[in-house]
Amino acid sequence: METLFLDISQALTGWLQSLGLSYTWADFILLIIQFGCIVGIVILNITILIWLERKISGFFQLRLGPNRLGPFGVFQTIADALKLMTKEDIIPGKTDKWIFRTAPFLFITVAIMLYIVIPMGDGMQIVDLNIGVFYFISLGSLTTIALLMAGWGSNNKWSLLGAMRSVAQMISYEIPLSFSLLGVIMIAGSLKLSDIVAAQSNIWFIVLQPIAFITYFIAATAELNRGPFDMPEAEQELTAGAYTEYTGMRWALFFLAEYTNLVAVSAMASTMFLGGWQGPVLPSWLWIIIKTYIVMFIFMWVKWTFPRIRMDHLMSFSWKFLLPVSLANIVITGVGIYIFKWIGWC
Amino acid sequence: MISSEHMTINIGPQHPSTHGGLHVEAVLDGEKIIDTIVHVGYVHRGMEKIAESKTYAQFIPYSSRFDYLASNLPNLGYVQAVEKLMGIKVPERAEYIRVILAELSRIASHQLFIGSLCIDLGATTAMMYCFRDRERIMDMFEMTSGQRLITAYMRIGGVAEDLPEEFYPAVRSFLKDLPAMLKEYDGLIFGNEILQARLKGVGKLSAEDAIAYGVSGSNLRASGVNYDIRKIEPYGIYDRFDFEVPLGQNGDCWDRLMVRVEEIVQSARIIEQALEAMPEGEIKAKVPRVLKAEKGAEVYHRIESSKGELGYYIVSDGTDKPYRMHVRAPSFINLAVLPIISKGGLLQDIIANIATLDPVLGESDR
Repeated sequence: METLFLDISQALTGWLQSLGLSYTWADFILLIIQFGCIVGIVILNITILIWLERKISGFFQLRLGPNRLGPFGVFQTIADALKLMTKEDIIPGKTDKWIFRTAPFLFITVAIMLYIVIPMGDGMQIVDLNIGVFYFISLGSLTTIALLMAGWGSNNKWSLLGAMRSVAQMISYEIPLSFSLLGVIMIAGSLKLSDIVAAQSNIWFIVLQPIAFITYFIAATAELNRGPFDMPEAEQELTAGAYTEYTGMRWALFFLAEYTNLVAVSAMASTMFLGGWQGPVLPSWLWIIIKTYIVMFIFMWVKWTFPRIRMDHLMSFSWKFLLPVSLANIVITGVGIYIFKWIGWC
Repeated sequence: MISSEHMTINIGPQHPSTHGGLHVEAVLDGEKIIDTIVHVGYVHRGMEKIAESKTYAQFIPYSSRFDYLASNLPNLGYVQAVEKLMGIKVPERAEYIRVILAELSRIASHQLFIGSLCIDLGATTAMMYCFRDRERIMDMFEMTSGQRLITAYMRIGGVAEDLPEEFYPAVRSFLKDLPAMLKEYDGLIFGNEILQARLKGVGKLSAEDAIAYGVSGSNLRASGVNYDIRKIEPYGIYDRFDFEVPLGQNGDCWDRLMVRVEEIVQSARIIEQALEAMPEGEIKAKVPRVLKAEKGAEVYHRIESSKGELGYYIVSDGTDKPYRMHVRAPSFINLAVLPIISKGGLLQDIIANIATLDPVLGESDR
């Protein structure tokens, strides 16, 4: 079981080479298949995740959640997806058409690209970049542009307000997010995600870096536009913020991308702080899934408990609290590493 | 300071947080509010005109539809106004039943207020807890009148029917559970720092402004003005009950919330006393089939509704229908201060302000 997916990929390479392809071409075709798998898994995972979130929110809110289609309503998401696909694609008259059309695609593309570097098991990483963390953070900030495009292109005041909020929020929370990961990078001594996972074979970084984990979690919630930081969407204030004018599949792409981001950020949290795919008994790929789902559950828990924070509080919280805390964490980590080396513990 | 071009946006009439058809035109500088203009009238149903073509008794169900979230209260105000106009004496037992149902309505309305405030602030889960508890009151209304929301239970000279047997255990168990409910709200809602930060110091209404604009009810009391019609001009049998009038100090959104929470407790106290003291006997006075007031007779009767001072002004021309009826709708008058309390705040504060002013557009627009 441990090497299930690796065996499959090995067998595929062998089969492709037996067709007479050179190793380079076989590897290239395999890469395309892997990308296809990512997209497939992302979409499949999200149908489960949306159902799960609805069930969990139902549980929190003393409701039943979806319970009509299939056992426990598991097919509800599929029915919803079908409905969205058959809806008319409305593009309002005075929008900036190109920007309006491309924004959802940019959003989902960026979200899916995040998965390339995440180690989903022992040796199961599509590209093991030596700047993996950097790649993740920089791609994550690209979603801001997609949201800004959606808000600006919609030519709607609510959308514009939502986009403005999202830019302000994401820029402010990018910094504590990056700084919170810096502590981990300093201990692991590498930006490579496989090295970071390997460094956690004895002790998880959540034990060494608890403050960084909390900072990361809060900043990531803001990055994901999830409650209590769902300012750009802000159903009750901005009707739906940047998404107001979107309908049908274009809107669904935004929705999909938000969940894709949620999974990516949670998988990142488990990789950076919770020991990645490492764990006893169960195969490694199952461990990362379990850890990711636990982190996602906490995200949902937070979302369905708290009211939305106010915009100015949000900004001051980031600049006046999270940023100093994460900076202090870096200093303490640096001093700690120095002392440990001096004693000779590492 | 960077100054930018002002932007006018329309909050409503189609908007998730406007509690019905309210339209607020907001002039913004970024997210900062420069000015707000309130437009009402989207739910205008011509109730006052309808009253002129209905007999006194026929209008009772319509009055429930003013403030549909606490329908016993406008109902009570109307029948009491008509009784005052015609000098009808209501039996003791009916008076007690009226008080119990009116105060239950007030609790239901305030619970819904807390819930809708939470959902306006983005706390969707907290809303469900309030609605769960309010549901028990709705069930009690269903026992009494067969209707859950628009009860139309009051009659001129009494109430429609006596309370059913199953009502008493239901109301007693509700009162018993009420402290636990409030404790739960306290943990989930009031104790939340985000919520406190969003409500404290936001939408301040000074006592002078509140009085100048004719604000009434919990909104006025949150500004520190001790003004409760149940105390200053007791109607029905309210002078027999021992209860306090909770007051706020700052007149901000937080005080408006806290005053209402405290009012739930006081209403529960009134219900307890009423259940204790309720005598047996008639529930409806003997009134003539065709109700007519003297020609030229007029009356103004006001009650403390869950939204504020609800007044009915009725003029009779001697027939079985009122010549003119006017309703002093507290929601309408309370909404007038929205521009004052919103000025200088952020866009998100408008939402909190609308929610804490607790307007019911059915009453405001009539």
